Amino acid sequence: MRGLPDLVVKGARVMDPFNRIDEPMDVLVSRGRVAALSADLEAEGREVIDAQGLVLAPGFFELHAHLREPGREDAETLRSGLEAALRGGYTAVCCMPNTMPPLDNATMVEGVAARAGELGLADLYPIGCISRGREGRELAEMALMHLSEARVRAFSDDGSGVADAALMRMALQYVSAFGGLIISHAEEPSLSRGGQVNEGAVSTAMGLRGIPALAEEVMLARDLLLAEETGSRLHLAHVSTARSVRMLREAKERGVPVTAEVTPHHLLLSENDIDGYDTVFKVNPPLRTSEDVQALREAAADGTIDAVASDHAPHTVEDKEKEFDFAPFGMVGMESTLPVLYTGMVEAGAIDLMRLLELLTSGPAGVMDLRPPDYGAGISEGARADLVLIDLQREWTLDAFAFASKGRNCPFHGLRVKGKVLCTLKNGKTAFRAANVGGG
Amino acid sequence: MAERKHLLDVDDLEREDVENVLETARSFSEVLRRPIKKVPSLRGKTVVNLFYEPSTRTRMSFEVAAKRLSADVMNFTTSTSSVEKGESLKDTALTLEAMGVDAVVVRHPVAGAPWLLRQWLQAAILNAGDGMHAHPTQALLDLFTLKDRLGELEGKTIAFVGDILHSRVARSGIKACRAMGMEVLAVAPPTLLPPVPLEGVETGYDFDAVMPRCDALYMLRIQKERQKEGRFPSLEEYTRLYQLDARRMGKARPNVVVMHPGPMNRGVEIAAEAADAPHAAITAQVAAGVAVRMAVLFMLLGGGEGGERIA
Repeated sequence: MRGLPDLVVKGARVMDPFNRIDEPMDVLVSRGRVAALSADLEAEGREVIDAQGLVLAPGFFELHAHLREPGREDAETLRSGLEAALRGGYTAVCCMPNTMPPLDNATMVEGVAARAGELGLADLYPIGCISRGREGRELAEMALMHLSEARVRAFSDDGSGVADAALMRMALQYVSAFGGLIISHAEEPSLSRGGQVNEGAVSTAMGLRGIPALAEEVMLARDLLLAEETGSRLHLAHVSTARSVRMLREAKERGVPVTAEVTPHHLLLSENDIDGYDTVFKVNPPLRTSEDVQALREAAADGTIDAVASDHAPHTVEDKEKEFDFAPFGMVGMESTLPVLYTGMVEAGAIDLMRLLELLTSGPAGVMDLRPPDYGAGISEGARADLVLIDLQREWTLDAFAFASKGRNCPFHGLRVKGKVLCTLKNGKTAFRAANVGGG
Repeated sequence: MAERKHLLDVDDLEREDVENVLETARSFSEVLRRPIKKVPSLRGKTVVNLFYEPSTRTRMSFEVAAKRLSADVMNFTTSTSSVEKGESLKDTALTLEAMGVDAVVVRHPVAGAPWLLRQWLQAAILNAGDGMHAHPTQALLDLFTLKDRLGELEGKTIAFVGDILHSRVARSGIKACRAMGMEVLAVAPPTLLPPVPLEGVETGYDFDAVMPRCDALYMLRIQKERQKEGRFPSLEEYTRLYQLDARRMGKARPNVVVMHPGPMNRGVEIAAEAADAPHAAITAQVAAGVAVRMAVLFMLLGGGEGGERIA
């Protein structure tokens, strides 16, 4: 970091869920770290960002992104995905292992982690497969992935559920030896097979095969029981139904060691928002009913749900521009999460701004059990300067074609939103800066 | 109807439009009884039958309809099984667009495919069946047939019997019958009904119980793979509960109309004595198909109202 001039972020409203700070302060960044916080810092001789009227928060943590490398570099690469992260305000990203080939061994996860390290963009936390080849038959070498340079701490067969209950039980038991986290993509394949959208009125009207809420709930119920029985930590990916929320709430009350995430699209969109047969709305789990959306919003507000994860899933235009049944599931999210949630949750009165920041920072850090110096020091003296500067007054129109991500499959494209990430600092360096930010 | 460009599903049409189509179809059915069954209405127009699913019956019906109107007809039959290797739907659409076709009649195994084509093509799109979703010309020809047999449809009762869940014929047919003021019953085992009840439709599991109330019985084709999916235990059991046979016909109203979209599985959803009885309007449906498709093609492509419509 030597050689970088000291930087003063002046006059921002500092909001830090880790240290429970919410007040206007100047922040001095020096040698990649937060060097001082104070009501009025001397600017002389230092680079200054005039942040009057802006919010300064810890960089966000993405629990769930598909970066497609290796195998589908036409859809996304580590570079484009991690640049997208920085533009979205994220300074750390977990990438899911459903690549081609899948990240199911130490060599693979080390390769991906090393490449991300060379890029020097957002930090990368690879998630390893639960099962070898992500085939759901036998355990992958989870301990070796954990012991590797990539230090994998969480495992998932994301993209499909682990249908074999005995395998899931053993995975939970096995990782408890080294404190690993099992992430459940809850989807019972015999109930979801062939499904395209949520099963119900909309699937019937559209003539598409449905994915019933039950496909998620049956496996989620099973996994909660397995976590309770084994005592191992379980994290529920992209919870999407009201009944899942109810079971999660009850399990937490019973003391089951479980956490859960929700995506922005499940908080903001229902099956009724599917526009014609536009495959941009094809996502798994599918957009559910408005009652489900309401239950998820309440759970995000009251703490039943711990974190927001974008489930960023880029696809090429040619893959998405197909008949509905033939198009892949997934939406991109990292570059739209902050504005859509500020607009659709905070401005809408469902949660306050601090809760939104918790869902994007301390919430996911808790899920991953991350502590300083890795992540989670927030904005405190000596903390790594991974920071995001947000303009909450800025109204603008989301344009998926301006994304750093290669994915254009954003359901919020064209939406008028409020709130914009203006600048992301990574290790004290300006890693992203919107074109028109004022500064000194 | 004059300003309508496409026929994707029956809810594209107001009741007045439906009446209009049926009336035009009636005129065309007279043409079809002439020694020379051809009119010049669509001379110089090009109609493409774009079929991604084998359907000799529907394709032939559209082909005959277009030819009777003097349109040039091209058939493009392909399958989606080689979709990974083959040309994308979009590129096929752009190719047709570049050839300057006037109408595309599309049959596709995936719901919504005609809606995608509409985005990419200037031509009129006629949905000839998409996935489990819609089959509007079938619904219109069914109304034509029903009207022919029953006269005024308002207040009459029709039962759709069988695989309602997977049937585009039922989905469009039920909407069309409801729009005409008919009472609609859906009769099937619970595993072959949609996950939520269809709006304005009375659902029942007991075919015998509803039989005496019905002015028309619409028997849906049972595909054998539904049994393999486990939706019912055996064809024998299905047949026992839901087949229209002579015994059940005995409980029906004397002038009940028996319909089927074809092709029939004789001995499964319908027994020969019902299919061949005078009540059966199944071949009448086929005949109505040509006249109704002529009417739809004419109304979408024929330009001005009335006038030279039937030369």
